[in-house]
Amino acid sequence: MNIHEYQAKQIFAKYGVPTPRGIVANTPSQAVAAAHELGGSIWVVKAQIHAGGRGLGGGVKVAKSIEEVEQLASEILHMTLVTHQTGPEGKEVHKVYIEEGADIKDELYLGVVLDRAKEMPVIMASTQGGMEIEKVAEESPEKIIKVAVDPAIGFQGFHGRALVFGLGITDKAEQSKFIKFAKALYTVYMENDAEMIEINPLIKTGAGDFLALDGKMGFDDSALGRHPDIEDMRDISEEDHDEREASQYGLSYISLDGEIGCMVNGAGLAMGTMDTINYMGGTPANFLDVGGKANAETVAKGFEIILKNPKVKAIFVNIFGGIVRCDRIANGILEATKMVDVRVPVIVRLDGTNAPEAAEILKNAGISNVISATDLGDGAKKAVEAAAAQ
Amino acid sequence: MSILVNKDTKVIVQGFTGKEGTFHAEQCIAYGTNIVGGVTPNKGGQEHLGKPVFNTVQCAVDATGATVSMIFVPPVFVADAVMEAADAGIELAVIITEGAPVRDMQAAKAYAMKHGMMTIGPNCPGIITAEECKIGIMPGAIFKKGNVGLISKSGTLTYEGANQVCNEGFGITTAVGIGGDPIIGLSYKQLLPMFEADPETEAIVMIGEIGGDLEIQAAAYIKENITKPVVAFIAGQTAPKGKRMGHAGAIVSGGAGTAAEKMAALEAAGVRVVVSPAEIGKAVKEVLTK
Repeated sequence: MNIHEYQAKQIFAKYGVPTPRGIVANTPSQAVAAAHELGGSIWVVKAQIHAGGRGLGGGVKVAKSIEEVEQLASEILHMTLVTHQTGPEGKEVHKVYIEEGADIKDELYLGVVLDRAKEMPVIMASTQGGMEIEKVAEESPEKIIKVAVDPAIGFQGFHGRALVFGLGITDKAEQSKFIKFAKALYTVYMENDAEMIEINPLIKTGAGDFLALDGKMGFDDSALGRHPDIEDMRDISEEDHDEREASQYGLSYISLDGEIGCMVNGAGLAMGTMDTINYMGGTPANFLDVGGKANAETVAKGFEIILKNPKVKAIFVNIFGGIVRCDRIANGILEATKMVDVRVPVIVRLDGTNAPEAAEILKNAGISNVISATDLGDGAKKAVEAAAAQ
Repeated sequence: MSILVNKDTKVIVQGFTGKEGTFHAEQCIAYGTNIVGGVTPNKGGQEHLGKPVFNTVQCAVDATGATVSMIFVPPVFVADAVMEAADAGIELAVIITEGAPVRDMQAAKAYAMKHGMMTIGPNCPGIITAEECKIGIMPGAIFKKGNVGLISKSGTLTYEGANQVCNEGFGITTAVGIGGDPIIGLSYKQLLPMFEADPETEAIVMIGEIGGDLEIQAAAYIKENITKPVVAFIAGQTAPKGKRMGHAGAIVSGGAGTAAEKMAALEAAGVRVVVSPAEIGKAVKEVLTK
């Protein structure tokens, strides 16, 4: 789960990670009130969406008067912001964050992610703030300092020294401020079961202070149960409607661009099915894992979600029955076709326990748009042919 | 022969009397697995599925001499269960539970390694030595005894692969589902040498997926150390970047961990890489009959 910049900064503030002062607003008049409350003479109006590249997309603007705050807030609120991370359809802005202006001397980068190879969190820092870190990693990897922290010992002095000397911070007061900053950020990461934190840019002000000018956080979904305060920050409008609906029924769904709907048990086989359709010359319309207990209800829900996509020309149901017997799944599929109006051909491959009995059930049902397949390759081929014939 | 487990392996079940634990322990016993007891706090002294129940893993180990534990406890209790097993001298913990927090697994795996305990999973189907010992949730009937070792991050692709291998007239020595989480126990690099050393295993199937670099590490290891033929499939060639594909670890982040780079590394190591999982059986036949 991801959260907005303003929410990440609320968490930062709790742990003593310094940020500029700011107030979130849902309307231009709230934005004006926020600017009055913050005071000063320069404000930044920032679109709150779960995607990077907001500045380049026109979602972050500087205001030099209260009138300008109001004007920019009304422009940015409800605009559809397109960035390299939103896709061409963009994302509608529902909230803006009004922040006091900052005196930027240097722009740095600081992040914490899981290093899967080392199996511990790694703090990443760079002097190339404001640039996409993936780009820095590609073009000048030597400019990224990586410091892995073993949770068994926590953030130690040597971790901090590796960061400040790596970044070339020589002033002693600045060194200790930066180390304090990084240590607090590591604590934010650990205590909240974060999956990723990124501050880009982290700025050094003219006075030599470090501030998180931006803030991005993602969390380990498996750990949300013990963080109700973070679960409360969930913004449903930022999540894909179909993916969310599917998850409520225990289905794992991701929509793609192609024409062949897929319904599969198991994430690996679901990916393998998409790959096989592609290999056979077709295009998968979605990833859908119905989980270990495929039954009439879950299959019906799966059909419903897949068929919402008007581009779907055929559906490939690919189930490897293990503990759940194939004959029961076959009956479930037949029941599901009665519950949902399936307008396209459905290719069904059931393999594993009691597969011959399942084939018999499908054959005897005699439903014209249900086509039986013998194995994964056969099913994918038939699905590609059926889609092409539509 | 086989790797890690066989018909004599003494197995206990943590989370023995729960719904999942009961259902799958019963299936394992029916398969022939030597389940010697289970652990459920406050149910010590009772009997369940005809086997003794203990309050702690230590009590179970002392009374039965078990060396392997199959773990079915709920996600937030997984780390505790793993560490308890390590502390009690268990040699291998097979963690079936899905949804254990990553931070918990970091600590649990580090502790297990410190105590010399191997782990498999979490979020995996388990391990099976065909026609001898099933420790997990896989449908036992599809694993016929044979000469192919199998390592897979995905449960259903384990079944798919094993089924194809058996349909081609071969069979399985041991199949290990290693799980699709960001932090897992035994992986390709640790299991490949075990299969290399197993006299009955003549070919190895490895099934990977997008995310992380375990398959890349495996490729480097195979190039230097493995003489037996290896067939590989990497799931997620058509997966969009930045999306989590069902498994917690199956995500291409920052352009790294793609199927393409893994397939290229494995091919460069002399592995027979198939583009579709539908080709696994045929490829195994090819490498075993040439």
